Amino acid sequence: MDDSKKRQEQNPKRLNVFLEEVRRSPLTVTFLAIFTGLFLGGIIAALTSEQMYAAFRVSLGEGIKVGAQAAWNTYRALFLGAFGDPAKISAAFATGDWLQINRALSPFFESLVQATPYIFAGLAVAFGFRVGLFNIGAEGQIFVGALAAVWAGVFIKGLPAIIHAPLAFLIGGLGGALWGFVPGWLKAKTGAHEVIITIMMNYIAFRLSEYLLTGYLRDPNKTTPISAPIETTAWIPRFFPDPNRFHLGFFIALGIAYLIYLLLFKTTWGFELRTVGANPSAAHYAGMNIVRSMVITMSLSGMLAGFAGANEVLGVNRNLGVAFSSGYGFDSIALALLGNSHPLGVVLAALLFGFLRNGAIQMQLTAGIPIDIISIIQAMILAFIAAPAIIRTLYRLKLPKEVEVAIRSEGESA
Amino acid sequence: MGVILELHGITKRFPGVLANDHIDLDLREGEIHALLGENGAGKTTLMNILYGLYKPDEGEIRVNGNRVEIHSPRDAIACGIGMVHQHFMLVPVFTVVDNVMLGDEYVRGGGFLDRRKAANRILEISQQYNLQVDPFAYIKDLPVGLQQRVEIIKLLFREANILILDEPTAVLTPQEVDELFKIMKSLVASGKSIIFITHKLREVMEFSDRITVIRNGKVVGTTTPQEADQNKLAAMMVGRQIDLTIEKKPAAPQQVVLEVRNLKVLDARKLIAVNGVSFEVRAGEVLGIAGVQGNGQTELVRALTGMQHPIEGEIRILGKEMTHASPKEFFETGAAHIPEDRQKDGLVLTYPVKDNFILNTFYKPPFAQGIVLQQPQIIANAEELVEKFDIRTPSIFTTLSSLSGGNQQKVIVAREFSRPIKLLIAAQPTRGLDVGSIEYIHNRLIEKRDEGCAVLLVSTELDEILQLSDRIAVMYRGRIVATVNAAEVTKEQIGLYMAGLQPEMAKV
Repeated sequence: MDDSKKRQEQNPKRLNVFLEEVRRSPLTVTFLAIFTGLFLGGIIAALTSEQMYAAFRVSLGEGIKVGAQAAWNTYRALFLGAFGDPAKISAAFATGDWLQINRALSPFFESLVQATPYIFAGLAVAFGFRVGLFNIGAEGQIFVGALAAVWAGVFIKGLPAIIHAPLAFLIGGLGGALWGFVPGWLKAKTGAHEVIITIMMNYIAFRLSEYLLTGYLRDPNKTTPISAPIETTAWIPRFFPDPNRFHLGFFIALGIAYLIYLLLFKTTWGFELRTVGANPSAAHYAGMNIVRSMVITMSLSGMLAGFAGANEVLGVNRNLGVAFSSGYGFDSIALALLGNSHPLGVVLAALLFGFLRNGAIQMQLTAGIPIDIISIIQAMILAFIAAPAIIRTLYRLKLPKEVEVAIRSEGESA
Repeated sequence: MGVILELHGITKRFPGVLANDHIDLDLREGEIHALLGENGAGKTTLMNILYGLYKPDEGEIRVNGNRVEIHSPRDAIACGIGMVHQHFMLVPVFTVVDNVMLGDEYVRGGGFLDRRKAANRILEISQQYNLQVDPFAYIKDLPVGLQQRVEIIKLLFREANILILDEPTAVLTPQEVDELFKIMKSLVASGKSIIFITHKLREVMEFSDRITVIRNGKVVGTTTPQEADQNKLAAMMVGRQIDLTIEKKPAAPQQVVLEVRNLKVLDARKLIAVNGVSFEVRAGEVLGIAGVQGNGQTELVRALTGMQHPIEGEIRILGKEMTHASPKEFFETGAAHIPEDRQKDGLVLTYPVKDNFILNTFYKPPFAQGIVLQQPQIIANAEELVEKFDIRTPSIFTTLSSLSGGNQQKVIVAREFSRPIKLLIAAQPTRGLDVGSIEYIHNRLIEKRDEGCAVLLVSTELDEILQLSDRIAVMYRGRIVATVNAAEVTKEQIGLYMAGLQPEMAKV
């Protein structure tokens, strides 16, 4: 009797402790930011629905109902586009027909295909963030990575697939690494700010790709500026027949995310890089080589972005056109922020972005809802991540302990 | 003497901490009232409330018996309350006149500054309170002591009757300190009242009329210099008995460990900061470098520890040429460095305690095998050091930013002392620390000396230099102007050297 009573008394205490932890955790802010972004996105979806305004003329209740319906339809279409239709999937499994199952599951796999370059590019930016460098040039590095990979895929011939595909992928990475090395080296040697240089390098990459695609890399048999298809030996293998484009690149991305995690958090190199990022003065004091760290980081970051480009060329498009503009590089800056610059966070954020992007494409096709609503949702999520005070005020969250102490000591010295 | 200012039950909460807990304080007309407490005790918070920078959660403020609400520094000035901050609020490229009237300008002809009138007013104030200063000098050309005078003139210009001086002696030479206290005496003689914030016991004993001690946001008690002594005040500040004298044996110097010849180092502005300095430090002795802040000590330490390269001269550690060594090579020779700015250089505040212990040894066994960090060894090391150096932290996984300043400094000391070292360069090792931590770190430094380590102590605290050093070198404008045996020198003599004078000359 006594025991159970004690336990009952303890449980609410434990619950309180748990709730307290949750209210202080930075993860809570992230999740609430996503939730709030999606919620407000629903309101905007309703606000853009003309039926709702018509319904408000009938009555208030009717207007709210139609508005809620519009929001529901948006998210339903988004969900179906991102994950597939559960009804169709179960029906397909019931028939046991492999082709139908493949068709029914393909939206889900297509989302993973969309998430893959996000993982690579997000890792690129997050890796830079960890070392205190703002690599705004992921987009350009993706382009150069794609150019290098397509060159290796088209012009290297006669190699077995087991060598050719990894080689082309690696060459793509090296292309990106070169594009990252230049700003890193310039920063180390001349103090030029990497943000400016990487932005400028983006423009050089865009124009370089147009130049090459209208000249050296152009497929002579085509009238449009597009490269020749890459050799089949350079293909990153796909797992399923068309239209399912799910390919090995996704697992390579996960593997590289894990490697980056190990590098950053388990090795002496990572310790040095993170220290340079967290406090360059202390890194200098402790005898770490800041210049070397910066050059290595920008090169590696560029390589990761280059992989994103190679992945698209070798796994998805299998050629390169001028319309290749991805936007992955710019989204990945936001994505790294959302993922707290941690490889696991980046993978999760990349999956979110992949599902949103693929879902949005399907949503536009099937439900006729403009794809831009997703950009608005993404923007709102990121605004909330960047301004956590809004979320904390909305949900009455507490500050993490460390932040509190920092504020206190500032107060003392003021 | 009437009471001019009363504080009743002032309470201020910051998230998770009670900075001021029902503080009562009264200031009599014409007195110097010292507010004594350790860093973080809540002195500055209290004064910021009085000056209108913070809003108290509870309590009331009365000036001349009337209750007042102070919401901004402007309100404070209107009540006759003025504050000289520890870091001066002056525009270096403006003249004294411009700085003094900034925010309260004399204007003529509808928008033109009336500098002449303001300058006359400043000269009047100068004469009345013995605060000589040229109204048309530029602030950047004035020594720190005179800049402080300008701050005081600013308050008098606004007709403040209650002056708050926040750690006013921290940046001054001993002679300037004496000057300041003369000024303070003449101010109270003419009816002004002064609240004087400090953590230096000696100054409190010599110059205040009454003393209020604050600890952990509470008033511990109010006393007078006649009733108290330094040890009693220290005990009030810290909450336990403190022994302020350091027991040390005579030094037994052995071979030369650090040898510096004709060293020249530039500062951040590329001007010569260290101008041909030579000295040596032997095993088993403490060489103290005394000097007012900004006379080249920072650059000297940076050059010795490899953080910056000298433009001329030679540095040898244990006979090895180290003039252009990197910080890594410096540590590798068996040297240690307690940096002047611990939060900027010595620690990574966002890292857990355990990682701060391996900042300069992370790549070596046992903390790394090849390139793989060995967490079990890193954790075991951290637990051992936290225990051995009595570092107050909830856990070794706590981020360093949540530790107090004293414990942060202990993390550095623990890290640097846990290696077998032959040379220790300690720059301002106790700056801003509480009495308890100072006592602890001083004892450890002497312990290292007795183990046969060569210690170079750089400090602007003259008391610290005198207590710990076996020999003292005084730096003034980038040069060593005197090297003396600590046993054969008085504080006053060192003070004169620090001001760039020779004691013999000063006597004339």
